Amino acid sequence: MKKASIIMIIGSLLLLGLFKFPLWNIMLGAPQYPDPLGMNIYIDGIKGVSEFDLQNIDGLNHYIGMKTIPKAGEMWEFSMFPKVIFGMALLGIIIGVLGFLDKVSYKFFLGWFILMSVLGILGMYDFNNWLVDYGGNLDPHAIIKVTNPDGSPMSYKPPLIGFKKLLNFDVTSLPHTGGYLMFVGMSLTLVAFWLGRKTSVKKTT
Amino acid sequence: MKNIITSSIAMLVILIGFTSCNKGNNSGGKSGALASNVAERVYVAPGEYDSHYAFLSGGYSGNVTVYGLPSGRMFKEIPVFSQFPTSGYGYSEETKPMLNTSHGFIPWGDAHHPDISQSKGELDGRWLFINENNTPRIARLSLTTFETEEIIEVPNSAGNHSSSFVTENTEYVVAGTRFSVPIPQRDMPIKDYKGNFQGALSFISVAPETGNMDIKFQILMPGFNYDLSHPGRGKSHGWFFFTTYNTEEASTLLEVNASQNDKDFIAAINWKKIEDYVNNGGGTMIPANYAHNVYDDETHTATSTMKKEVRVVNPIDVPGAVYFIPTPKSPHGCDVDPSGEYIVGNGKLSANLTVHSFTKMLDAIEKEKFAGEAYGIPILNFEDVLAGVVEQPGLGPLHTEFDGKGNAYTTFFISSEVVKWKLGTWEVIDRKPTYYSVGHLTIPGGNSGKPQGKYMFAMNKITKDRYLPTGPEMEHSAQLYDISGDKMELLLDFPTHGEPHYAAAMEASIIKEQSQKIYKLADNKHPYAAKSDADTKVVREGKEVHIYLTTIRSHFSPDNIEGIKVGDKVYFHVTNLEQDFDVPHGFAVIGQNNSELLVMPGQTKTSVWEPKQVGVWPFYCTDFCSALHQEMQGYIRVSAADSDTPIKWSLGEDIE
Ligand SMILES: [Cu+2]
Repeated sequence: MKKASIIMIIGSLLLLGLFKFPLWNIMLGAPQYPDPLGMNIYIDGIKGVSEFDLQNIDGLNHYIGMKTIPKAGEMWEFSMFPKVIFGMALLGIIIGVLGFLDKVSYKFFLGWFILMSVLGILGMYDFNNWLVDYGGNLDPHAIIKVTNPDGSPMSYKPPLIGFKKLLNFDVTSLPHTGGYLMFVGMSLTLVAFWLGRKTSVKKTT
Repeated sequence: MKNIITSSIAMLVILIGFTSCNKGNNSGGKSGALASNVAERVYVAPGEYDSHYAFLSGGYSGNVTVYGLPSGRMFKEIPVFSQFPTSGYGYSEETKPMLNTSHGFIPWGDAHHPDISQSKGELDGRWLFINENNTPRIARLSLTTFETEEIIEVPNSAGNHSSSFVTENTEYVVAGTRFSVPIPQRDMPIKDYKGNFQGALSFISVAPETGNMDIKFQILMPGFNYDLSHPGRGKSHGWFFFTTYNTEEASTLLEVNASQNDKDFIAAINWKKIEDYVNNGGGTMIPANYAHNVYDDETHTATSTMKKEVRVVNPIDVPGAVYFIPTPKSPHGCDVDPSGEYIVGNGKLSANLTVHSFTKMLDAIEKEKFAGEAYGIPILNFEDVLAGVVEQPGLGPLHTEFDGKGNAYTTFFISSEVVKWKLGTWEVIDRKPTYYSVGHLTIPGGNSGKPQGKYMFAMNKITKDRYLPTGPEMEHSAQLYDISGDKMELLLDFPTHGEPHYAAAMEASIIKEQSQKIYKLADNKHPYAAKSDADTKVVREGKEVHIYLTTIRSHFSPDNIEGIKVGDKVYFHVTNLEQDFDVPHGFAVIGQNNSELLVMPGQTKTSVWEPKQVGVWPFYCTDFCSALHQEMQGYIRVSAADSDTPIKWSLGEDIE
């Protein structure tokens, strides 16, 4: 159980990587942008991969009537996410320490994982909603209007994950370092649960 | 009688010229498999880069053109001494001061010899220097922004030809006068030239960090013509060599009268000795009047300052600093090999090429073996300094460059060829025709201690029959040779712009890496910059109106302006808000008497417009910037001089 608790603590600590590394990355390449434009999504705001990428993405997007990329103060998520991540990391560490001291059972590890997964899914859901709004809620006075074959206005929503062609742009959306650290951290808490369960089963038999 | 002599000389030269052209045509042609192999060697596939930058002077265009090697593609023309409506250089309020001189605003120049800055004898790719011949000036260009950053006028000089070559750590760039003149200038009979005119050789210091130039001293030499020059390097670092002609000191019909002496001189100058002398208070400050123009990258603005004195040095006051080396006959080019030992004096009327030895020169000086003196300056014995002679290599030698492998390459104007010969043995190894009448040649790094000798290109004065004709005038032609093997191979003809005299070239890597892509808007310190649409405004100050205008794809802000009156002086201060590589916007307004502007991302430029007619006049972007470029336009309303239309500006709304 001591080993499992240490892994639980390490897993929770890995969440803190999100305060330094971006969670997600979206790259936009096109023939006239041989060096693709890109945005890194952090839990507290969006930054360009290169210094002027956001300005240049906004500059391009204004033709099709997309809103500008939100600044940190313009979305409640960017003040809420850091609190949630910090809280979950702290909770995980507390559970781990208590597990180490045999004050709580390994089942709390799974509980933390399920709670984190639910929050993560909610986060992804929220992120996707934002992408839908960002890509589809277009200025009716936009200069360029492109419609789908059925006549409905085209959405410029970037993919939640993976690759998509948007007009002449190749758009790739993937987790970034902070995201990977979080996934590894969450997996470690599952491992902690499995290890904890193994040791406790051994004890009882 | 004199006329008969000159015309028969001309006939002779023309005949020689023609025969050599024919010879060249017969031996030059290669076809089939070999030709396609050559094509591959100059072909740079789409999306790939040339291996070298080449900077060619534009001669009478006053500018510098940037080429890629081996493709021979022209990438850019950089305005230096001439107004350039393509970008507004010399027309915009910010750049007009760059063309200020003691003779007032001079909108053109005759640019001759570019040279890249060096550190420890190697090209460092920081700056490019180039001289202006007609109104003596030296310019410094940044190889980060590819813009002209500084121009200094050279007083007491006339025909600034033996320039602008730099010493091996860019301590100095020189500006040697071609024409000797009365110093100080005064009203005197021209026939009294001899003994009364002087030639100023100017040593311009270059600040190591900023590159800022300052005339440290001028050496007032006898009244010869100082044609070309080169710095010593390696063992001869600290010396500078200048060819002379017209040691006869004639002032009329120089074609004949300056060609009488069997030998002219190479002036060898120990500049370190003179620098010491000057640092210890030597020399005399004399009144002068010359412009020093500096462009600031952050205000995007040049300022011109008139300087009022200059330090001059009489060479006989610094014993051991200046010597004359006799050199046959009317030498033109003066070229020093990478080791610094050999000084090649190309006597353009001599049948042979003369090479002097620096070691022998020092030896003769030490033993005080002098043949005499001229105006108090010791003349060395020709034989004492001679390293060797390249016998009968061609007709009309002009310039020599080196490959760093012990070989020299000399251009021959009259016989239209480049001749490769070996240093030390003085034997001719190879010769290749040029098309036609070659002037300078360039090997990348050829004017440094470390030539980067894969390519050599020759700059020709006559182009006929090489390209599709374009009327009586054709652009001059350059020719690229591969010099990596024993024999030179002609790879490519490519047209050049203006009249390239000399070129400086180097491997692309250093320059490419440091190339600046935008000006940061945050660093823009232009006093009239508008860094966002919120900063845009129109301000009347008496009869002057200042419009703080911004550009971004694809609109101006403001785009409706009212309250301007006939007789106003309207300043359009245009700031480009883009922060994206290679996205300039243009600005033009109907009836503009100067030029349009091309404003780089993050930059501010100003055009003055003086409306003379009442009306509503359009302005627009001249650079196709985006899909909505055509819509990038605005209107400015001009009312009668006595009207009371108030100043108003707007974007995205109707003015009420
Ligand atoms: Cu434009």
